[in-house]
Amino acid sequence: MTHLAKFLGATAALALSAGAALADPALIFDLGGKFDKSFNESAHNGATRWAEETGNSYAEVELQSDAQREQALRRFAEAGNNPIVTVGFSFMTPLEEIAGDYPETNFVIIDGVVDQPNVRSVVFNEHEGSYLVGQMAAMASESGTIGFIGGMDIPLIRKFACGYAQGAKAVNPDITVLSNMTGTTPAAWNDPVKGSELTKAQISQGADVVYAAAGGTGIGVLQTAADEGKLSIGVDSNQNYLQPGSVLTSMVKRVDNAVYDAFQAGENIETGFYVMGVDNEGVGIAVDEHNEALVTEEMTAAVEDAKAKIASGEIEVHDYMSDEGCPSLDF
Amino acid sequence: MQRMPQWADVVLIPLISLLLAALLSALVILAIGENPWAALKLMVDGSMGSTYAWGYTLYYATNFIFTGLAVAIAIHARLFNIGGEGQAMLGGLGVALVALYIPWPHWTLAILGGAVGAALFGAAWAFIPAWLQAKRGSHIVITTIMFNFIAAALLNYLLIGALKPSGSMEPATGRFPEATHLPTFQDMFSTAETALFRGAPVNVSFFVALLACVAVWALIWRTRLGYEIRAFGQSESAAKYAGISPTRIIVVTMLMSGGLAGMMAINNVMGEAERLVLNAVEGAGFIGIAVALMGRSHPFGVLLAALLFGFLYQGGAELALWTSIPRELIVVIQALVILFTGALDNMVRMPLEAMFLRLRPAPKPARKTEPAE
Repeated sequence: MTHLAKFLGATAALALSAGAALADPALIFDLGGKFDKSFNESAHNGATRWAEETGNSYAEVELQSDAQREQALRRFAEAGNNPIVTVGFSFMTPLEEIAGDYPETNFVIIDGVVDQPNVRSVVFNEHEGSYLVGQMAAMASESGTIGFIGGMDIPLIRKFACGYAQGAKAVNPDITVLSNMTGTTPAAWNDPVKGSELTKAQISQGADVVYAAAGGTGIGVLQTAADEGKLSIGVDSNQNYLQPGSVLTSMVKRVDNAVYDAFQAGENIETGFYVMGVDNEGVGIAVDEHNEALVTEEMTAAVEDAKAKIASGEIEVHDYMSDEGCPSLDF
Repeated sequence: MQRMPQWADVVLIPLISLLLAALLSALVILAIGENPWAALKLMVDGSMGSTYAWGYTLYYATNFIFTGLAVAIAIHARLFNIGGEGQAMLGGLGVALVALYIPWPHWTLAILGGAVGAALFGAAWAFIPAWLQAKRGSHIVITTIMFNFIAAALLNYLLIGALKPSGSMEPATGRFPEATHLPTFQDMFSTAETALFRGAPVNVSFFVALLACVAVWALIWRTRLGYEIRAFGQSESAAKYAGISPTRIIVVTMLMSGGLAGMMAINNVMGEAERLVLNAVEGAGFIGIAVALMGRSHPFGVLLAALLFGFLYQGGAELALWTSIPRELIVVIQALVILFTGALDNMVRMPLEAMFLRLRPAPKPARKTEPAE
């Protein structure tokens, strides 16, 4: 599409305003921006994959400020975009407020729950995926100490840490799990320098595998682990390629699948509560040419075994957010 | 010495600066392969083309009026308050406490209570730098900017601790009770058939901002205190000789400045978000500096400059929504305007002054009734 055509499309969208449906889906990124190599980028990948496969187009926007969340939602809804996919729990409050104003439009929120008839709430069982990588970390560790580095200290991230510790302890009950959070504000999602410092601190305490669940901060964790000759675990997107040979695996959260599915379903998307877990490939581990040398057969066997047991309910991974507590790790 | 007619100073210089900024922005947009004319049209359309668009432009403008007035009033006393950001953050805290912990029967009372709370907290945040400047000579620029960081840290601390409802992921307070919700323009001006300002955040605090403009004008040019402030700003030693206490002027001016910055919170916290979120001010405190400089520290000028910046903000958001111009470049465009109108003032002023000097023998242009210092 040429730029001119894009502009014509844009002005047309403005002129049409309410009423006429363009029916292009729309995607609204969170403040981190679409190239965060992690959560938002995964959503971006899902959208581009859909666009390439179907040849259709979609609208998207990166926000500059909190006030623009509601604005972007309303603008896309009024322009007839449908469904409108929002990425991140920060959209819960604005979506709660405006969903009722646009009953004809369907919305999707990823990582949050909004109880409205025209909203699909997609949540991931991150604790299950973290359990799997926790097992692998415990098997790869020679020192008997592994680390976890979270981004902003919120219940969601503790959920990652808790599942990770439970998985590790299922393999080796005596293992030590170190856990640190980068900060308490959204800036903690994008502070690779601090991530690197925390990694050094954990390595000096004996950790030889470090799991980063910290958005852009994780880049620093992966980098430092590679520099120090230790292993790391990526998150959200497949980050194995970032430090080939030193990233043990990535706990992939298929945000891209969630976006792809929503776009594919189109305007008549089924709304309601959607859980993406191990059983429906919502979370899992990434194995590719960058880490296959690190993943042993026992690891693969253990992961496959755990996957089956989690899906059947034989293993129950504790969800931190269910009771704000964690039996396998102290924060 | 007056080298230039007043109208040139007030109208011509900002206009030329704006044109230069627009020209440079057009080049930037051209360089990334977009059409600058279409972008401009989109910005104008998206910020002034409908009541909805005006609703956002005026919402942003309300923020900038408050912070612009805050900087302007301090400039009259030759104090450079760049702590508007922190003072507005604290104002937000004041509003949140007032709205959350006092049961208000009606919004008319709540907005008064909120304004008082916001102004008190903002003023209190400006008091310490003011006192340090008056008594210890600690430079106000340094102390106010440091206080911005302290304010940010304080709000972080409160919003992840005491003020956050348990179980919530976001660093934010709970929602304010229904009775404190301010009427938006949509509530005020929509009729049953036509919805005006649909969904736009502009609310009744815009009128409070207009009142504040009038109040600041009256204070500076129609009261004894205003005269003292201006006298102190013109020459501290002369003011002292005339019996004006520098300590009193510095402290009182800064209290008013901080109070005005704090009052921005009735717009963004009470009127828009209806809860206090982290980083609620979003740079409006710093924009206030540009607004005051461009408005020549006159309340009417501040109003116009605030509208311009409201246009830039809302237009920028529209660009992000409907074009593939990345958001970083939109910030660049906004920054270019600030650079030209604020920092590069002399670049336009000096050649203009030289030009007027050469034209001097010619009859002086009639003095306009344009308001000026």
